[in-house]
Amino acid sequence: MPPPAAGGRPTVVSLVPAVTEMLFAVGAGPQVVGVGSFDSWPPEVRHLPKLGALLDPDVERILRLRPGVLVLHVSQQELRTQMERVGIRVFAHATGGLDDVPRNMRKIGSLVGRAAEAEEAAAAFERSLDEIRARAAGRARRRTLIVFGHEPGALRAIDASGGIGFLHDVVTLAGGENVFASVKRESVRVSTEAILAAAPEVILDLRYGQEWESEAEAARERAAWNALPAVPAVRTGRVHVLSGDRFVIPGPRLVEAARDIAAALED
Amino acid sequence: MPMRRRMAFTVLTFGGLAAAACLIAPLIGSTPLSLRRVFDGSVPFAENPDAQIFFVARLPRTLAAALVGASLAAAGVVFQALLRNPLATPFTLGVSAGAALGAMLAIIFPVGLAFAGVSSVPIASFAGALGAVAIVYALATVRRQGLSTTVLLLAGITLNAFFSSVILFIQYLADFTQTFRTVRWLMGDLDVGSYTPILAALPFMLVAFAAFSVLPRALNLLTLGADAAAARGVDVLRTQRLSFFSASLATGAAVSLGGPVGFIGIIVPHLVRLLVGSDHRIVLPAATLFGAAFLIACDTASRMVMAPMELPVGILTALIGGPFFLWLLLRRS
Repeated sequence: MPPPAAGGRPTVVSLVPAVTEMLFAVGAGPQVVGVGSFDSWPPEVRHLPKLGALLDPDVERILRLRPGVLVLHVSQQELRTQMERVGIRVFAHATGGLDDVPRNMRKIGSLVGRAAEAEEAAAAFERSLDEIRARAAGRARRRTLIVFGHEPGALRAIDASGGIGFLHDVVTLAGGENVFASVKRESVRVSTEAILAAAPEVILDLRYGQEWESEAEAARERAAWNALPAVPAVRTGRVHVLSGDRFVIPGPRLVEAARDIAAALED
Repeated sequence: MPMRRRMAFTVLTFGGLAAAACLIAPLIGSTPLSLRRVFDGSVPFAENPDAQIFFVARLPRTLAAALVGASLAAAGVVFQALLRNPLATPFTLGVSAGAALGAMLAIIFPVGLAFAGVSSVPIASFAGALGAVAIVYALATVRRQGLSTTVLLLAGITLNAFFSSVILFIQYLADFTQTFRTVRWLMGDLDVGSYTPILAALPFMLVAFAAFSVLPRALNLLTLGADAAAARGVDVLRTQRLSFFSASLATGAAVSLGGPVGFIGIIVPHLVRLLVGSDHRIVLPAATLFGAAFLIACDTASRMVMAPMELPVGILTALIGGPFFLWLLLRRS
């Protein structure tokens, strides 16, 4: 049997950044003994062993740590079979829309013996989102383009959010109307023509992964959009470069992301 | 028909086709466009979506398609003659793999470097292409016995495989979104979004085409074999060098502008040979013009069929090119 952590609760290895954040949010931080290679939040995870990710889970080191629970991605079927064979419980993370975030929070919470804390955290998460939704309800909905990737400094290879997924949900909740909502996919490679035709009133240009914090860089990214002056968002100065992993990780920090997006939409 | 008239006839026919493609493509697309509003001078450009769809979205990509298609098709003709191999493509000698490696690095490690409005991705891919050209050339001339086309071919194929595995390794280390974006880059994309990337690639293409213009006669003789060509007064080494560098330059510039759009460099030359015979004085200009028209047509289709999503143009050219190539193979055997 895997060694129990303090209080008889199981230890956890989480290869999924969103779930790692949930574990810390439900107070299970001390039980986390290993994380994935892409985990960077909360700061405590920096000192934990990195055990691979979607394509390269480090099975040997995971086995040596003998966690009570292993969090993996739902597509890691082989790893799941291996782990269950040696008696490690598995939480297979799957995410689609925004509703999945509190749902997953409750699930992982009860799996690691933190059901009550998880219920509290998930309810707080839902409450905060409700508040944002309520505040946005009174405002006119702005037609919004949600971009989560393009070439640095140029309007090429533009990836936008379609009408499925947590980003679309967050923007809708925060008072925006996704211009590509009718495309039922999470990601859409859109042409400059499609953007000109969609005529968004707000552009949210999301940046993550690297350090994009400097104002000069944000200004340069904003300036790239000046190539399309007929787009209302460009004409009225409503191009917002928002940087940070919180916008793309479907975890508890989506509340902050939603607040930032709501503020941008209000601006 | 005398040569001069045949050339004039070919250039006029294929030139007409390319010009028609250039004129028609910007008029059609996923969104309805009113030409009257496009050229309505009373509305400022900044407030005229129709004019911007025409001048910012459609016209640059039509021009980019024309240049990329022309460069790849012409480079295909030159490589097939240089290597005396009908299966050679502009990508055979590792130029595109080098370009791809450069682009991958720029996508996965975005330094945010942009030069005169051109982002780091095309710059890095062009640098990668030049790097590959230098390596292949150094290998092919290392024994100082002229330019060995066999070594050129083997070095190119090996470099392709080597760069591809480096690319896979980098993709393996990258996160999911970045990997997706690099894979998408490999499918080709002509939505350049402004004229700057075109202007950046154009000088290199012009240099390459200037070289192409003096090559056809020598290429005709080179296809008979190096010795036969030398006996007829061709400076073989000079021709090989000029062919190799100009075709590589055209390929590198085209790939950095539009990504490695597949099959153009092989379908177009063969198709054109079927129509006009194998004299390079005719084939080279015809393939150049037909390549432009063909890629414009493919790109127009690719931006319309799944709108507002893009169907990557490289997928479309491969879907057309694959079966065509098989047909060509069967027909030959």
